[in-house]
Amino acid sequence: MRLLSAFIVGLIFGVGIAISGMINPAKVLNFFDIAGTWDPSLIFVMGGALVTTFIGYRFVLRRDKPAIEERFQLPTARDIDARLVGGSAVFGIGWGIAGFCPGAAVPALGSGKVEVVGFVAALLVGLWAARLVQAKQAGRKAMA
Amino acid sequence: MTGFETEFTPLMSLAGGVLIGASAVLLMFLQGRVMGATGILSGLVTGTAPGDKGWRAAMVAGMIAGPLLVLAVTGQMPAVDVPVSWPMIAVGGFIVGIGVTYGSGCTSGHGVCGNARLSPRSMVATLTFMITCGITVYVIRHVMGG
Repeated sequence: MRLLSAFIVGLIFGVGIAISGMINPAKVLNFFDIAGTWDPSLIFVMGGALVTTFIGYRFVLRRDKPAIEERFQLPTARDIDARLVGGSAVFGIGWGIAGFCPGAAVPALGSGKVEVVGFVAALLVGLWAARLVQAKQAGRKAMA
Repeated sequence: MTGFETEFTPLMSLAGGVLIGASAVLLMFLQGRVMGATGILSGLVTGTAPGDKGWRAAMVAGMIAGPLLVLAVTGQMPAVDVPVSWPMIAVGGFIVGIGVTYGSGCTSGHGVCGNARLSPRSMVATLTFMITCGITVYVIRHVMGG
């Protein structure tokens, strides 16, 4: 049940990424290239996704618990710190260099393009390396 | 490295955006979680609680099947044009991996779900990565390249 529902959620997300044009780095980079070959399409992607989620969450979060789990697991962090801003700034630079964000690159694997496989491999290495450093730092803090 | 024109697609982009939002709402309804590609991937890469990897793998499989379903229905694979070089793909991917880990999210987690929850953290994160992405594209295309 959990596996099937996760697959269906992923499928809807993947179809959305695919038909919206988010899946295409040329289109994503053009959204940011206001001074050049600008393509404003992504405003509509973000707008459609945000409004739908905003309205949907109002209804869903009113319930006592989710359908197949015991409780809601919402992010609890509240600090706006250097880690959040610095990490997001670095993410934006990488996004501007390659044209892929994680949520677009995973569905793009379905296109079978070797460049996407390369991007996702590099992304996973980056994720893994950053987690490793974070774990080491946490360990050092715990020792002190 | 300058880009080439892409077609303005407001209706398909809006429809796709609504589907992305619908998947986020459905995940919250079913599992009570925010839909963040960063969180789903890092849970797969790093060791998490046992039994936690299965649904993440299933979701990734569903995501990858998305464009294939579009191909099956419309007879056409959605365009994926990568207008950057291999070194940029590798460096960009690695940097994105570092950034989303420290920033605790990306376009889906912060940009869609966090902002829909009116989280100040997500609003700051989204504004930050949109600005640095815009500056990066400007510098690469109009300052360095051409």
